[in-house]
Amino acid sequence: MKILVPVKRVVDFNVKVRVKADHTGVETANVKMSMNPFDEIAVEEAVRLKEQGAASEIVAVSIGVAQCQETIRTALAMGADRGILIETRVETQPLAVAKLLKALVERESPGLVILGKQAIDDDCNQTGQMLAALLGWAQGTFISKAKIGDGKAEVVREVDGGLESLVLKMPAVLTADLRLNEPRYASLPNIMKAKKKPIETLTPEALGVDVTPRIATLKVEEPPKRKAGGKVAGVAELVDKLKNEAKVI
Amino acid sequence: MSVLVIAEHDNAALRGPTLNTVTAAKAIGGEVAVLVAGSGCRAVAEAAARVAGVGKVLLADAPPYANGLAEPLALLIAARAPAFSHVLAPATTFGKNVLPRAAALLDLAQVSDISAVVSPDTFVRPIYAGNALATVRSNDPIKLITVRTSAFDPAPAEGGAGAIEEVPAAADPALATFSGQNLSKSERPELTSARIVISGGRGMQSGDNFKLLEPIADRLGAAIGASRAAVDAGFVPNDYQVGQTGKIVAPDLYIAVGISGAIQHLAGMKDSKVIVAINKDEEAPIFQVADYGLVMDLFEALPRLKEELEKAR
Repeated sequence: MKILVPVKRVVDFNVKVRVKADHTGVETANVKMSMNPFDEIAVEEAVRLKEQGAASEIVAVSIGVAQCQETIRTALAMGADRGILIETRVETQPLAVAKLLKALVERESPGLVILGKQAIDDDCNQTGQMLAALLGWAQGTFISKAKIGDGKAEVVREVDGGLESLVLKMPAVLTADLRLNEPRYASLPNIMKAKKKPIETLTPEALGVDVTPRIATLKVEEPPKRKAGGKVAGVAELVDKLKNEAKVI
Repeated sequence: MSVLVIAEHDNAALRGPTLNTVTAAKAIGGEVAVLVAGSGCRAVAEAAARVAGVGKVLLADAPPYANGLAEPLALLIAARAPAFSHVLAPATTFGKNVLPRAAALLDLAQVSDISAVVSPDTFVRPIYAGNALATVRSNDPIKLITVRTSAFDPAPAEGGAGAIEEVPAAADPALATFSGQNLSKSERPELTSARIVISGGRGMQSGDNFKLLEPIADRLGAAIGASRAAVDAGFVPNDYQVGQTGKIVAPDLYIAVGISGAIQHLAGMKDSKVIVAINKDEEAPIFQVADYGLVMDLFEALPRLKEELEKAR
């Protein structure tokens, strides 16, 4: 079974983002970029499935500017076998990404697509669900456990009230939550080996997909800043202030 | 204009986030209808019809909808959506799971997690863990939207007199089966709707020590939450998690105990009305957002807090 793992290049999670002075977005020039952390978990899960013998090949896909190759290389260093870059300068929104991935699924015929549950830049949390819809496949979102069996996947989902178990027909789309696994660090030999693994470059046009954005960003602003209040000297003062000043208890 | 709200429920009762979503629907304007899809869920439809401002309830009562599975429910939403200008669901794990699937079936974009309605086609939504607010306009003919429930007050559960209309089930794709759930049981209020939340972080040192929060939570009628660090360390289950990747809360009072204040935690609680931080590290970033900071070892502070609250009764 082949596994397709889409990986997104995002502003590194340690970077404190700054809103651009012209309010068109956040500053991404000269900012450290990394693989979306949830996508790392997705790659790790695919690699583990391959190590267990449940998968034969892992294809890492990224969509965006030429530098997304670096994100694909990271996936290759973790254990993916080859990469596909769909190169475009257009801001690709989740529906467009899902359509591009659908076109790739039709070309590659994987048995499983594993994605991160959300990207930490736009925080949309849509792509996996949309891809599953377009393919007419089952979806296992926000999963913390996956067991791939004969024609089915048993998954445990992180839901608001606790955990939920589902049995999905394969092929299926899975989206990774934080507790699914802890991604490995790529070793130096594996980083070197990854440089030799093939990356194919395609375009949305070649795949026949219209990626025109449907949602226009009118402006991006800083959220209102909270002012730090004062320190209290002790517990008695804290309780007194909460009761008589803030009046919340 | 007419807005369809997808109800979140457990076949017996309407869940709280549905009420906040109704408020967002009213902010958009026009008629508000609620879709109740479940199995043996007429009581939920009756409750939805009583919510103030709800004009109509669509009831789809069929076995495939029993457990809120996305695959059959998205088909039903896609079948009903064309009669409306907007379709809204709460940005809970339920709404986040099903609405994008319905959107793709309809070839529509979705606007996720809105925190304000500017006009019927323009909305504000947090991006980058709430470190920026984007104002976005949807150009699609039907707007599919998930709603950040902490940004909208719940609609009154009583006062409406909506009509209930039964609607037929859509096809059942039979792609997934529900095989069980393990829900955290608690007598305390739900995290996302509690008026007071007390959360523990890595500083709690163990799951056992979370018991120190319990008498305080009980005295205050508070829900108990946790930072991602505490969840990752295995102190408490993930459904306690407050933050970018957990639950977003905005209670009247948020008490952060032994939490340093990582960006991803602040993303989940910085809209709380009053924030209290208890941390022995004076330099902890949590103090930069706290209204009241107490620099003290939590193992000393918590027993005293319990005592003082008893006295303050």
